Parts: sequence; C-alpha cells; structure tokens
Amino acid sequence: MSEPSYPPELRYHREHDWARIEGDVATFGITWFAQDSLGEVVFFEPPAVGSQVTQHEPYTEVESVKAVSDVIAPLSGEVVEVNEALVERPDAINSDPYGDGWLIKVRLADPAEGDALLARDEYVALLG
Amino acid sequence: MSRYTAVTESDRSAMLEAIGVGSLDELFAEIPVELRRERPLELPDGLGEAEVFAHLRELAARNRSADDEISFLGGGFYDHYVPAVIDMLLERSEFLTPYTPYQPEVSQGGLQAMFEFQTAICELTGMDVSNASVYDGPSALAAAGYLAKLTNGRPRFVISRAVAPQARETLRTLSAGFGTTVTEVGLRDGATDLAAWTEAIDDEVGAAFVALPGYLGTVEDLQPLVDAARAHGALVVCSADPIALGILEPPGSYGVDVCVGEGQALGNRLDFGGPSFGFFAARAEHLRRMPGRIAGETRDLDGRRGFVLTLQTREQHIRREKATSNICTAQALNALAGVVYLSWLGRAGLCELAELIARRTAYARERLCEIEGVHAIGGGPVVREFAVSLGLPDRDSVRRVVLRCAGERVCPGHPLGRDVPEHPDGLLVAITERRSREEIDLLADVLGRALLAERASSAAAGGGGS
Amino acid sequence: MSVAPPVGAEEVRTIFERGAPGRRAFVAPALDVPERPLDELIPARLRRREPARLPEVSEPELVRHYVRLSRRNFDLDSGFYPLGSCTMKHNPRLHERVAALPGHARLHPLTDPARAQGALELMWRLERALAEIAGLPAVSLQPSAGSHGELAGILLTRAYHAARGEPRRTVLTPDTAHGTNPATVSMGGYQVVHLGTDARGGVDLDDLRAKADRDVACLMLTNPNTLGLFDRNIAEIVRIVHDVGATAYYDGANLNATLGISRPGDAGFDIVHFNLHKTFTQPHGGGGPGSGPIAVSAALEPYLPHPVLVRRGGAAGNGSSAEFDLDYDRPLSIGRLRGFQGNYGCFVRAYAYLCSLGAAGLRDASETAVLNANYLLARLRELGVTELLPPAYERLCMHEFVLSGAPAKRELGVRTLDIAKRLLDHGYHPPTVYFPLLVEEALLVEPTETETRETLDEFAQALAEILREAREDPEIARGAPYTTPVRRLDEAGAARRPVLRQGL
Repeated sequence: MSEPSYPPELRYHREHDWARIEGDVATFGITWFAQDSLGEVVFFEPPAVGSQVTQHEPYTEVESVKAVSDVIAPLSGEVVEVNEALVERPDAINSDPYGDGWLIKVRLADPAEGDALLARDEYVALLG
Repeated sequence: MSRYTAVTESDRSAMLEAIGVGSLDELFAEIPVELRRERPLELPDGLGEAEVFAHLRELAARNRSADDEISFLGGGFYDHYVPAVIDMLLERSEFLTPYTPYQPEVSQGGLQAMFEFQTAICELTGMDVSNASVYDGPSALAAAGYLAKLTNGRPRFVISRAVAPQARETLRTLSAGFGTTVTEVGLRDGATDLAAWTEAIDDEVGAAFVALPGYLGTVEDLQPLVDAARAHGALVVCSADPIALGILEPPGSYGVDVCVGEGQALGNRLDFGGPSFGFFAARAEHLRRMPGRIAGETRDLDGRRGFVLTLQTREQHIRREKATSNICTAQALNALAGVVYLSWLGRAGLCELAELIARRTAYARERLCEIEGVHAIGGGPVVREFAVSLGLPDRDSVRRVVLRCAGERVCPGHPLGRDVPEHPDGLLVAITERRSREEIDLLADVLGRALLAERASSAAAGGGGS
Repeated sequence: MSVAPPVGAEEVRTIFERGAPGRRAFVAPALDVPERPLDELIPARLRRREPARLPEVSEPELVRHYVRLSRRNFDLDSGFYPLGSCTMKHNPRLHERVAALPGHARLHPLTDPARAQGALELMWRLERALAEIAGLPAVSLQPSAGSHGELAGILLTRAYHAARGEPRRTVLTPDTAHGTNPATVSMGGYQVVHLGTDARGGVDLDDLRAKADRDVACLMLTNPNTLGLFDRNIAEIVRIVHDVGATAYYDGANLNATLGISRPGDAGFDIVHFNLHKTFTQPHGGGGPGSGPIAVSAALEPYLPHPVLVRRGGAAGNGSSAEFDLDYDRPLSIGRLRGFQGNYGCFVRAYAYLCSLGAAGLRDASETAVLNANYLLARLRELGVTELLPPAYERLCMHEFVLSGAPAKRELGVRTLDIAKRLLDHGYHPPTVYFPLLVEEALLVEPTETETRETLDEFAQALAEILREAREDPEIARGAPYTTPVRRLDEAGAARRPVLRQGL
C-alpha cells in the first residue's frame, strides 16, 4: 500500500497498532506508518491461540530485512484466532495492513480499555 | 621507520588550511590537557621492513615447529597437509583484504564462498543448516549452549567428558555469564558412562553435549546418549571432528539438534592455536536462533543469481540485546580455506583420507601397546587419535619422556595429566596422512627407548623404595 | 539506464555445480600399513553409509572457480574503503611473509612451552606494547574479536563483583553504542540501560548521574564514540561510574584516533579491548579472522582468562628452564573463552606492525587519521556536499565523521542507501550506512591515515557528482549500482524464503 491510509472506523494505539472492535471480539494489526517504517516484512510468528495479551504490552514481533519491531496489544484479552496465512505471506502486512494483513483476533477482557485508544484523527495528528 | 602514510609537509599545510586550523594540535583540542600524553609511548623505535623481517625470523627460529620434528600432537589441531592452492587463494587481495560483506553487490565472491562453505558443512555433518563460521570449536560449543538457553531457558547443561577439556571449560566460562550450571559425566573405558549419563539428565537439563570421536580418540555409539537426552526434552549438541566424518556416520543421522566442531584440520595452519574456525550446523527448526553470519541465495533486479547476508535480524547490529550472539567479525578467510580444502579432497578423497588415517591410527596404537608398560586408554575403535598410559608415576615424568624424544626430533604426543587428571601418565597421540608407517615405527622405537631411560633414571634416583 | 551483462557471462554456479563424477585433485598416499577388514577397526554401524556429497573437480577447475570468484569482490588493495567504525587501513604485505614463516605458521599449540620460546616471547612483547598503548598493566591476548573481548570484559566484571559479594544487575551503555555492546551484555547475564547523548554528541551527564547506582555493574563505551567525537567529560564519566563501584569498559574500536595521544587507562578505564583487525592492520579477510585482546587494571588481573603468559627466571639457555611460560595456576580466573592461546597468526602480524611503526609511527598514524578525516569533511563543505549531507554535529571530528542524509532525502528524493549504491559505480566502497542509529539516514565516514590527499579529493568530487546527478534525475541513484557484478539484490526474498545451501 503506497499511500498512507488510516480507516476512520478503527481505534489506534500510539505505538502504531490498530484495533477493529466488533462486540466483545477485536481484530488487531499494525498501521500503515508501522509497516512503512519497517520496510518489507519477512517474518511474523503469531502467538498461540488461547494465550493472553495485555493492553500496552508486546505480544509478538514483526521482522523486516533490517529491523525487528515489537507489536503492542491495544487491548487485553484471550487470543481466539491468528492469521496463519501471514506465515507464508508476511508481505500482506505491507500491502494490506488493515485487511489481509490482520494479525490476531482477541476476546476482550475489558471493553472499557478502549477509552485509552485514539480515534483516527488523533492518531494522524500524533504522526505529525 | 616504516609507515604507510603519505602526508608530506606540503600536504599537511594545505590540509590544515582547508580545515581552517593553524596546527595539528588544534584538531585534538577536545581532549582535556590532563588526558593528553606529551611524552612518547615507551616502545622500541620503529624499524625498516628488512629489520622487522630479521627480528620476526629470529623469533620463529626459537620455535620447534612441525617442520622441525615428526609430530604426533593433536588434541583438536592436526598436522595435515595443506595444498598449495590454498596458500595462493588466501593471499589474493580480493579474499584477504575486504571487510564483512555489507554491500553485497561488490562482495559476491565472499558471499558465494560462504554459501558453498555452509553447503559443505551441512553435507559433512548431516545437518539442515550451517552458519558461515564462528571463532573455533570450543566457542562453537559454548554458542550452542547459548542457543539452548534461548530456546528452553532451562537451568542446567550436562556434558560428557568425552568432549575436549578446552571446549568444556569454554562452555562453563560462558554459562557462568548467562546463568546455567554445567554437570560433567565421566568416561568408562574411554566412552561416556551411559548409566551416569542417564541419571544426570532430567527435565531441568536444557542441553546435553557429546563428542564424535571423544577427546581420547574413542568412537562411541551416540544413539543411546541422544535418546536419553531427548526423552527429557533436552537439546543435543555434538562436537565432531571434521576429518573423522569422512569415515564416521555423521551426527545428523543420530538426530542431534546442533553439530559443532573445530575446523583447523580443514586446510588451515597450526599457527600456535589460531586463527582457525569453528563450524556450527543445526536442524532447520533452530534456524532463527543460530548465531553468526549466514549467507543466503537470491536474485538481483535483472534476475541474476546472487548471494546476501540474510536473517540478519538475529544478529547484534539489529537485534542488539536480544541477539542470538554478539558475533561481528568471525573467521571468513579460514572458512574459505575450509571449503577449498574440502573441494580439493572431493567426495572420494575425504573418504580415502579418513580411511587411510584410521588404518594408520589402529596400527600406531597396536605398535605402541607392544611397548612394555604402555596400555591403551579405552578399548573402543579409534579413527585419528588415541590415548595410552605410559606406566609412569605422574605428568612430570611424561613431560621428561616427551623432551627425551624431542632430542631425536620426534614429538610423541600431548601429556594428558593437566587436562585429564584421571590419567596422570596419559599421552594423546594423533595420526595424520603425513605420518607414514616408517614414522610410526620410529615413534615406537624412540618412545620405547625414552621410557626405558626414564624408568632407569627414576629407579636410580628413587633407590630401593620410593 | 541499464547495462547488459558482460559478454560471455554465465549463470552463477557454485563449486557443487561444477566438475563431474570421478574428477579429483587430491591423491591419497599409498596404504603402507597392513590392510585389515575395516569392520575389524570400526564396526559398520558406526561408519558412514553415504559419502558427504562434496564437489568432484580437478585442480585447474578448482583454481579457476575460486580465482573467478575473487574477481567478484571489491577489496581494500584495489580501492578506497572508508567504512566508518572499521578502520580499513592498508594491510602491509610484510605481515603475510612473516606470518608464513614455518617457525610461526607450523607451530602446534600444544608444543611444550620450553620449545615455543620464540612464540611466547612474541606474545609477551605484544602484551607489553598493548599495555603501554592502553595505559593498563595486565593483558590477555585470548579473545578472538572485539565482541569477544567485550564478553571477556563483562565476565571479568561479573567475577569482580561476585568476589565482593555484590552481584549487580545492569550495564550502562550510550544509545550510540555499536550493536555488539548490548548483545554482549545479554550474553553476560546483565540488562542493558541506555544513556542519552547530549547536544554536543557526548554522554548526557545528567542522564548518567540519574542512572548510576549500585545496581550498575559496568559502563561500556567507546571514545571517540561512534559519532567520531571525543567526549571531553570522559574523566568525569569514569569518576561517576567508579563512585558507585562499577567498572568502566572502553571499547577500543576507535583507538585509531588516539594512539600515543591519549590513553584510556589514564582516563581511568578498568578494561580496554583492542581490535587487531582494525587499528593494527590484521587483514579483515572478508569477515575475519580478527583478534580482540584486552588490557585490564591490577584489580581485575586475577580474573583474566587462563593460561596467562608469565616471564620467569634468568636468561634463556639456562639448561631446560624456560624464560616464558603459560601459567594455568590461576584460582580466580574466569576460565577460557576459546581453545589454546588465541589467534596467534594475528599476533604475529600486529607485532610486526608495532615493530615497524614504533611510538612515533603510532602517533603519526593517529594524527594523520584525524587530519585526513577533517580534511575530507572540509573538502565536502567546499564542494557544497554538506548542504545536502550535513555533519550530524558541527564540530571538529576525530578519525571519522557522521553525515545525515535527511536533507538529501527530503530535497532530492535520494536516500543514503541510494548514494551508497551509486558510489559503487564510481569504484568506491561506500562508508558505513544507517549507523549510528541516532542519526537519520547516517553515513559514517572513516578514511584512515593510509589514504593520500588525492584519493580524498577524488572521493569528495564523486559524492558531489552523485548529488548533482540526483538533482537532475534521482532515478539514476535509486537504480544503482549498474556496473557491479550484480545489481541490487532481493534481500526480503532471501529472508522470507531462506535458501542457505546448494541443493543437490
């Protein structure tokens, strides 16, 4: 994806991660800015289904040729699904960070945590 | 004095002017006066090239090298014949003087050589992946310990005393840093004590270390050792002799996780202990935790086949404190010698070399054990090295025997007493393709007489009782 | 702009793809001992069932393959190699001749010390010289590379604190540190704590004072630092560290700036490592071998790796009593970091270098290294290069300097990477790129003292030309290089689907 894009319906974490919240399940990924900084992603190892993730804490890493980056959980919960397709095709994170490049789905522990996240315009303002 | 700078007086004034300072001293103004050294370093004056050469030659003349005597020294480094093509290739500017290949477009020679080296090591060891070298055998073993620590975090290692003493000690030294304790398991008749091994391994053990062949030369069946370790989920690391792998089934076949070893025997000099290289090969599942540089194949923009350093996110310059090791400079030139040597030997040649050496080693052991008082340590098969006890009271007497043999220009082997205290009168004897039958017969003769002389003189000194 | 491959260029083949079954170079000596069935010597179940699939080539094929391969490398003998932090100075050929003398090259490491006096004396003299250069009394030549020396320093520190019953948890290191520093710290079982860099490019003293406490085991830094700047507060920094009982470790990668001019031992450092393959001309060999000896204070001497080189007794020739020996009786030693005594072949070369230069030559080397770096920077300013590639800090540099490619990226749309690749077409090895991490689009330039003024002028011209060309057409640099054996390589593909050996 060559042009910056930040869908308005998503919530954003200042460490460049996004969350799509649908009821008590949320999908996580990294933002356009994050994948652009990393460069071509070459490796992603998803966490185990059933494991716990904690808001503001790293739950896995994404690797490009020249860099490694922690991926931060925007919200806490239990991992219910991971994007296995990324193991073979990690570059989906670059080409479609909000669609095919989704990383994990989580059953939320505390939806109120969403208050700590940023709306699209606030996140874009952060990027300056 | 010889120096390699080219700045003349006139260059200097022009350069200072361009910089905009009046003197060289001003360039060092940031250095506080109290830290500046005004008097010269206390070093001998510099010399011209011819004088330096004469001095280095004089120092060389006071060393008894493998050219000065018939040497049966081993213990990890061996006097194999290094073909002239290796000297020629390693002197080439294009291999000798570049840095690590950070700009792959102008480093395809070095990167392809690494890729070829990695292939050769995988073939030799029967493992899936190899890196492009580490410093030496002992540090490769310690690096394997670090890989195990990163993989399972368990608090203990178990290591057979069949692994060379220097490798065991290096593992202990590094483990003290990253916080793992090391338990040693002794030998029985030259091979790992299987009962003690099985008892030492439990679910707290992160890695178990074996050797092929053992330090005292004996080849043991690794399978029971490997099985015992895997039963508790420990990683298995095997330290292997690369020439012996020309005749022995490689560690990969036994299902080990990591195979390491000392590469000096592959086309490298003795050089009083270094530089040589260590090899490090592993099962595919451990790839992302492997230390050191790895070369990978790829294509360029126009579709040409090429090579790059890859999986660099494991390494220190990217992952920094979470790196799989701190290796930056490794042993690339020595590894190049290694792959050229293996290519020079070739598929058949390595087997022939190993078989020849194995036959001569067996012969040498028989001949020495014919000497009165000399017994083999460990009765199992040997392939390039063996240990004997000389029937002497201590290591000092062994050392005297060695010095007597030196008087006849034979170095019979390495006194084991310091490194293997359970065999104070042990001698480690190594055979290479350079040690002919005649030389082995000479060894038996010289050693036999030296032992007689030593026993006679210590009987004379000791009197009736000691 | 595209360039056709040279006429007659073939698809690249590895040595495994050459040759044919039955070809060989090696001829085994004839069997001269009784030929017994192999099963009697080694049971069949322990023997190799299938030979390793090594190449089958003749000697001429072998030579041609590797000579051709060598021609696909750029090297220091052939051209300017201003790799910052690497000190790519000329490798004198005398060193290869002396290292090849059989008395050095053919000496087995387990040779009885009484019969290796020349080698031990060489090592002793090298140790004394390194001690004098560092300003610290005790030396170990054992570590095999700079990062290996760093590990030794960390393990010595650990032993030192353990002996005092004060285990500590952290190591301080500046955010400009080379990657080996934090990696080493982790291997040593400590946690890294980063120190900030101030506006002048030195360690932020306030940050240091805030973070220096009794949890800190050690401070590791290099001076001049990786920005090429000498930290004038260095003595104060060491004092702060010593006040909390921690050790101060000096990474000697940048020693080429201060030989004979300022000694880290005099600034109070407890441990120093040397890179014989940087400062002391050991050839880099395309990625090693190297050697990373350490010099330490008297307080740390008992913990040095063993064996330790000692000098005993009177003159040699005194019966069998040797003058130099290897001492293993070191109860407090941390142990060993590798086999035997270290990379002796590197010691021979470094020692020859020291014999050639002497004190005056070493000082001259550092003065010229610093002169050359400042001159090159001045030429770049004169040519207007620094308007698009400004130095990260506006002060005199030491032996190297850092430029930032951020303005060039913004105004011309070419990154440091593109400029580096275009330099390849001009016949130069580029400076170090994207290090130190603190500087955006970094270009770290270290000319060294062995380059002539003309080379520096020509290099500056080449950079100016590349920027001029990029202003007209940035696509050229973005597609560079064009004239090298291969063009830009797909590194992402190599990492995504690793192919790490020749398939057979």
